[in-house]
Amino acid sequence: MKISLKWLDEYIDLKLAPQELAERLTMAGIEVKAVNIMGGWENMVVGEVLAVNPHPNADRLKLATVSLSGQQLTVVCGAPNIAVGQKVPFAHVGAQLIDGHTGEVVRLESAKIRGILSEGMVCSEKELGISESHEGIMVLPSEAPIGMPLSEYLGDTIFDLEVTPNRPDCLCVIGIAREVAALTGQEVRLPKSDYEEEEQSIDALVSVNIASPDLCPRYCASLITGVTISSSPVWLQRRLKSYGMRPINNVVDITNYVMLEHGQPLHAFDYHKLKGQKIIVRRAEKGEVMTTLDEVERALDEDVLVIADEEKPVAIAGIMGGLESEVTDETTAILLESANFTRATIRRGARRFQLNSEASLRFEKGLSRELPLVALKRATRLFQELANGKVVKGVVDAYPGRPEPEGILVSAEEVKRLAGLEAGIDEIVRVLTSLGFECSQNVIASEAKQSPQISVTAPYWRSDISCAADLVEEVVRIIGYDKIPTTMLSATLPEQEPSPRLKLRERIRKIMVGLGFQEVLTYSLTSLEKLQKLSLIPLTPPLEKGDLEGFEPLKVANPMTKEQEYLRPNLRAGLLATLANNQKVESGSIRLFEIGKVFLPRGNELPQEKEMLCALLSGAKSDLSWRGEKGELDFFDAKGVAESLLRGLRIAAEFKPGSDQNLSPAESAEIITDGDRIGVLGILHPRVAQAFELSGTVCLIEIDLERLLTRSIGEKKYTPIYRFPAVSRDIALVVDEQTSYRQVESIIRSFPLVTEVTLFDLYTGEQIPQGKKSFAIRIVYQSPEHTLTDDEVNEIQQKMLDRLNQGLGASLRS
Amino acid sequence: MTLPTKAVLQQLEQIQKQASEELEKVNDSKELQLWKARYLGRKSKLTRILRSLATLPLEERRKAGVRGNEVKNILESSLAEREKILEEARIASSLEYKKLDVTLPGQPLSVGRLHPITQTLDEVCDIFKGMGFQVVEGPDVEWDYYNFEALNIPQEHPARDMFATLWVDVEVGGGKARLLRTHTSPAQIRVMEEKQPPIRVIVPGRCYRYEATDATHESMFYQVEGLAIDKNITMADLKGTLFEFCRCLFGEERKVRFRCDYFPFVEPGAEVAIECLACHGAGCRVCGYTGWVEILGAGMVHPDVLRRGDIDPEVYSGFAFGMGVERMPMLRYGIDDIRLFYGNDLRFLKQF
Repeated sequence: MKISLKWLDEYIDLKLAPQELAERLTMAGIEVKAVNIMGGWENMVVGEVLAVNPHPNADRLKLATVSLSGQQLTVVCGAPNIAVGQKVPFAHVGAQLIDGHTGEVVRLESAKIRGILSEGMVCSEKELGISESHEGIMVLPSEAPIGMPLSEYLGDTIFDLEVTPNRPDCLCVIGIAREVAALTGQEVRLPKSDYEEEEQSIDALVSVNIASPDLCPRYCASLITGVTISSSPVWLQRRLKSYGMRPINNVVDITNYVMLEHGQPLHAFDYHKLKGQKIIVRRAEKGEVMTTLDEVERALDEDVLVIADEEKPVAIAGIMGGLESEVTDETTAILLESANFTRATIRRGARRFQLNSEASLRFEKGLSRELPLVALKRATRLFQELANGKVVKGVVDAYPGRPEPEGILVSAEEVKRLAGLEAGIDEIVRVLTSLGFECSQNVIASEAKQSPQISVTAPYWRSDISCAADLVEEVVRIIGYDKIPTTMLSATLPEQEPSPRLKLRERIRKIMVGLGFQEVLTYSLTSLEKLQKLSLIPLTPPLEKGDLEGFEPLKVANPMTKEQEYLRPNLRAGLLATLANNQKVESGSIRLFEIGKVFLPRGNELPQEKEMLCALLSGAKSDLSWRGEKGELDFFDAKGVAESLLRGLRIAAEFKPGSDQNLSPAESAEIITDGDRIGVLGILHPRVAQAFELSGTVCLIEIDLERLLTRSIGEKKYTPIYRFPAVSRDIALVVDEQTSYRQVESIIRSFPLVTEVTLFDLYTGEQIPQGKKSFAIRIVYQSPEHTLTDDEVNEIQQKMLDRLNQGLGASLRS
Repeated sequence: MTLPTKAVLQQLEQIQKQASEELEKVNDSKELQLWKARYLGRKSKLTRILRSLATLPLEERRKAGVRGNEVKNILESSLAEREKILEEARIASSLEYKKLDVTLPGQPLSVGRLHPITQTLDEVCDIFKGMGFQVVEGPDVEWDYYNFEALNIPQEHPARDMFATLWVDVEVGGGKARLLRTHTSPAQIRVMEEKQPPIRVIVPGRCYRYEATDATHESMFYQVEGLAIDKNITMADLKGTLFEFCRCLFGEERKVRFRCDYFPFVEPGAEVAIECLACHGAGCRVCGYTGWVEILGAGMVHPDVLRRGDIDPEVYSGFAFGMGVERMPMLRYGIDDIRLFYGNDLRFLKQF
């Protein structure tokens, strides 16, 4: 919200420099986002138009004679609205102006325009930099003193305020004046709201019935007759314009002015257009329609609160008036409404009709129920003053459930307990009083509490105060948050609980980074398009084979874009897309990983949020080097990563041929621990690679952290290091092509004293029979008890070879 | 055959002389081994002579024996000396021969890095861990109840405007609508439901907003929530804790501002801003010409919120804070576009 300090100055003498005032307000909770100074107009003064004559050489131009103090100058002017008697901003030669067409700052020179010398210029608002208006010259209020420097007369400072939603009372000039008063210890000067009343009483002329008091707690109205509709005075128009509001006529302008001044939206009805002299505040009936001021026909129903006359709705309460009861130039009597509607009512309505106005914005915040009468009286006075209105005696005030103001107890102890600030009870009373709170004279010394308590009642305009903590904030923010001491927590340190999940995640991160992988973080929200690239058949959640059919990821009801519509059921899609983006700019080897949540729907419950690891390898085995190429990536590069990771986590795993449909059926595996599938790895399926527009071989590793979690937290146990020397033997075994290495290895490992088994060559070719392959294996034997002899090892190895031969038909390669 | 002592001595003399002369000419270890066999080996002359001394009379034996062992010692030490010289020469020549172009690149190994947001989260969490806070987490998809209602933001509360929400369910009342959490604050209630005071936790996590993205806005971002509840916790403790955090993260000299602000679930409420890192408080585009950059919202946990967590606000008090994470690396490293973080361009990520 913008606020003019010149206007503010009418209610409180501003003694602080604007910057300092801005800082004080900001510290106290009303943030001043920007301080804009209007002015700095050198060589410009207030002038009066004495004569307007046609330009001899141009139809559209005029010659204006302008009176300045003791001086008369003639200028050429093209503005259509210039007229004799106007007070205008006048720029002497040499003034800096904004060019109305180009928007650039220019210096005014004396110039002949169509043969006539122009000795200055009458300016538009745009030329002064006040607004974008350039249709005509700016007309100043008639009381503007001739010859006064323009900066002195028009200059102002505008604060751009950020008012928090709990403080609708600050959405007006008086509200800010009250804040300033509390901060500086001054008094607010309230504007006049008294007026003269006619003999006739309003009771006979208007009746108000609130049929829905749950939506409209209070409805006040006054009746003004004999009004003259005209444009409002220039000073008032200017005030509205400075808030970005368009002046319409004196009636509408007054209601807007009082809203900006007091924060209460008002509405003026043409009294004679109300049927039956009745106002009924009710829910609309289904099927009712009404045309609003913007000439749109609105269909209504019982969710909408309307102001109706005897026959039909005449306004959507708090949102927009009806066209039929609108004030026009012919209007002579005004029924002025000043009401309170509940915030939910207005919020729903404004959203439903997509009508957000200055009025709805205020009602939505929850305005004080005591405000309508105050604002009504002020506006009624202005009608009398500025529209020649005659005010009918009395006001209507329908207020069915007036609540009793309740006192809230607060003590210096409570201020100390919450804020850590020492403040005496006298100071607390002083601060609260300066904000308009009423503090009970009698200090209550309760038995339970050691320090005396006072009972505090909030002023009518504060609808945000409901407990002692609210009062503590009031006290502290006025004394100053900078006065709060800074201390460190001294209370008991809570028990620390182990968090295996975080630990596991951290360990995996460290290992993956150590293995040369770059961590990425991709969006939790993804698109159907991206997910569908993973498969031709329904979307697969990772690792949950059972859910395959008909699986649907969780959808956002109001997505911002199609790109972010579904909660990701896997990390793959996002990671593959990230890889594709990077392949376009990075030619070398790329290694990426992400640890993050995937979301698996569970009916109407919150989804299962499962933590996963996904890693990708692409490009060459290693970066380009003079030491020689290491060749293309293959399955075993990925497997090496998975093995290193699991070794780092001290988790034993085995690998079985995989069936993940995103991976190549020939080159993929499942990672199994204790019979449980904890992950998959392999070469990306060519179709998936194609869909994501990936080039080269891409390896994928995916591990379910939830499944790792139960296995990684096993206790560590030390085994002594064997002191006796190890014996190592190399054997070359010829086996059938179909025999897996795992079969061979598990037989070897089943023998005692075998401590290490390493495959160091795999051969198929001429030197062995067709359909066979040869494993070269290094076996290390070691005993914890003694130095092994050759005989011992030979004996074990012979038994081993026998078993390999019986079980797998393996023979030693000759 | 027994040689007279004189002859023995003469022979010893000759062996020593000849061996020494030959040794001078030995230039590699192979020759040296041959020389060793020739003069000190089991079948060498010297060994033979020393063995044959046993046949001499005692007096003679002693005389010749002393001399014989003398010669043996001399030859052995000459050998050791020569060995040393040859070894030195070998090392010297091998070093000369192996001189490398050390400016050639080494074997390339790929370097992994953590995402800058992870790095920042770790840094933030470490600071609070040092103050006794424990890290806990909550779900990304939340109930309306935890995200809003339990935090004093019922349906139609104006503060809902502060949070443009991505919903999973629409038009489900009673707090039973699912949404993508708009802040990490729902964890406050979840933690209180689990634990009794003393409580001291931080909650990092992803948050989501219905928001068009641009250089300063993202639809997904990280927050870190903090919550401390016990007897006698005051706003002074909050201020001290947050100032210490800012000191650790932004340095001793950085000015910090603690001002009144409003969040429905705290009372009194506060905001912490730091002096703009780009302009040092002079005012620039980064700070919206105010000289200050807001980094977190905070306050004393609202009594109604404590009650919902089944904690008596008359007995206990506590503070809570919540901070956006992306802004910190943006300020520190001068990153001008928040979208870079989740765009995951390696050319960006490799800079951290």
